[in-house]
Amino acid sequence: MTALGDRLFSGLATAAGVLILATLAGVAGFLVLEAWPAITADAPGLAKYIWPLAFGTVVAAAIAVVIAVPMAIAVALFISHIAPPRVAQPLSYLIDLLAAIPSVIYGLWGIAVLGPASVGLQRWLEEHLGFLPFFAGPASATGRTMLVAGVVLAVMILPIITAVARSVFVQTPRRLQEGAQALGATRWEMIRMTVLPFGRSAIISASMLGLGRALGETMAVAIVLSVSGAVTLNLIGSGNPSTIAAHIALDFPESSGPAVNALIAAGLVLFAVTLAVNMAARAVINRQLRI
Amino acid sequence: MKLNRCVWLLAATLAIGACGAENESSQSGAARQAEQLSGNLAGAGASSQDAAMQAWIAGFGAEHPEVTLSYDPVGSGGGREQFVAGGTAFGGTDSHLADEELTGAQERCQGADNLIEIPVYISPIAIIYNLEGVENLQLSPETLAKIFKQEIKRWDDPAIAADNPGATLPGERITPVNRSDESGTTENFQEYLAAVVPDVWDFEVSGDWPVKGGESAQGTSGVVDAVKAGKGTIGYADASQAGDLGVAAIKVGEEYVGPTPEAAAKILESSLQTDDPGARVFTYELARDTTESGTYPIVLVSYLMACTQYDTPEETALVKAFVGYVISPEGQQAAAQNAGSAPLSDALRAKLVDALQ
Repeated sequence: MTALGDRLFSGLATAAGVLILATLAGVAGFLVLEAWPAITADAPGLAKYIWPLAFGTVVAAAIAVVIAVPMAIAVALFISHIAPPRVAQPLSYLIDLLAAIPSVIYGLWGIAVLGPASVGLQRWLEEHLGFLPFFAGPASATGRTMLVAGVVLAVMILPIITAVARSVFVQTPRRLQEGAQALGATRWEMIRMTVLPFGRSAIISASMLGLGRALGETMAVAIVLSVSGAVTLNLIGSGNPSTIAAHIALDFPESSGPAVNALIAAGLVLFAVTLAVNMAARAVINRQLRI
Repeated sequence: MKLNRCVWLLAATLAIGACGAENESSQSGAARQAEQLSGNLAGAGASSQDAAMQAWIAGFGAEHPEVTLSYDPVGSGGGREQFVAGGTAFGGTDSHLADEELTGAQERCQGADNLIEIPVYISPIAIIYNLEGVENLQLSPETLAKIFKQEIKRWDDPAIAADNPGATLPGERITPVNRSDESGTTENFQEYLAAVVPDVWDFEVSGDWPVKGGESAQGTSGVVDAVKAGKGTIGYADASQAGDLGVAAIKVGEEYVGPTPEAAAKILESSLQTDDPGARVFTYELARDTTESGTYPIVLVSYLMACTQYDTPEETALVKAFVGYVISPEGQQAAAQNAGSAPLSDALRAKLVDALQ
């Protein structure tokens, strides 16, 4: 009886595992197969077509990570080490709740609230920091810029980074923390000397997971960003490069023939980048587990 | 007994319609079938006239409850293709049939004079803007083209001032907003610019916006929202969607004309009809460069394609009744209410009704 149960369980679990791998292989196969005509037909043209999209994808995700990571670490530390438990628990639920909001809602929030509200700030950036290429301007009149898209993405990836970082921060060995305090360290010194080094690889892998999500996010970017295809470092203008995912979502319904192959080729690039980022994150997490 | 008769009737009249409760006696039921229209009609085509088509389907369905109509907004190209192939009874298209498709459609209808192709949906495209303190913006075609080409960058540009004597124009930056998706609105707007000021608008006209670096938005509602959200923005959209935004009057001849339904419908009067491909084909080369007084030249005209004869007399009668309803004052009014289109002028309607007799 037990033997049967064991066999059944191991069979089901194996099947589930194999199914996941098969799905991944199937997706990769589909992408390569469908993208192949576009790749073989005009590879330089295709590269020129995908380059602005890849550039936009990376820029939007980079802004998101630059904003979200420091904030997520601060929130995670607050929950794990600073806030009284009575506050910490509800706060961590609230942060998790951010992850439950559909991306369409984030997009609408970005275009209806954040964008218009940030027009003044973006004009200010252009006036006072215009010497930096990022704020060269002319500033957008509607706020539907790369900067705002990046901020929206930052809010979206905040929960996952916070959750991973917090779960590792609370595991910091008590003896290390108490040792630091026994040596006369203040709370900040204790965090700096024990919690942060202990959680360093967790922070890195959490950021990578966040980056992966930001790279692939579709709806919010599709709604917020004003796109006209140019590669530019200017983050506050109207003419932005689109991101791969948003471009596919917006263009697919009207495309036919070779245009579909080109879109799928762009999807293949995104798939490769996201896969690489996620595998890097896993590698870092694994190294942490071995210590 | 009643049920039996009903089933018998159903079998007998399967081709033209379902069994109705009013078929109390077979005699009067059969007599009524002759005048009471019933059956299915399928159409497909331009998405621009989809909202109007829904109004027509609803209005026609209210008069003839036994009729089931459907319209698939697959796009103009798909609409023409399916109509020529005989897959649909009627079709909608933004650009009229030409060349092989025209001959194909004539063959499908079994004769050049049996093909119906008439303008049914005329929609003015408004130049919408959001600029504080400027109520009645007036623009000459050249200024308009330069604004959208991003050559005129500020609202207090001398060219705009020259079009608006006496107005106080702020030194605000101009943000032109265009469609990010491929669209018939973009194509018609560009056709106008290319026809009137070809020196300035030297792009290849298509449904895609050619100028880089401007603000872009998805769909008509996206453009309207972007213009609303920004300051100093200007864009183009179906006039019915302009809402409470400012709408610019465009210089035609010596006067400035706004996108009213009457002014838009008038363009067909000054436009030349294309070389006569059949007695019931009314297609136009739109005279975008018209100087006719009171005409608004930035319009989208969408056509209805149908035949005068079909395989069965029932279908023929049904299509005839539907086409008649679409161009009737009620039909055009329904479209105006539902889709904000410009109703056909009485003169044109009289011509169409004559031809369709």
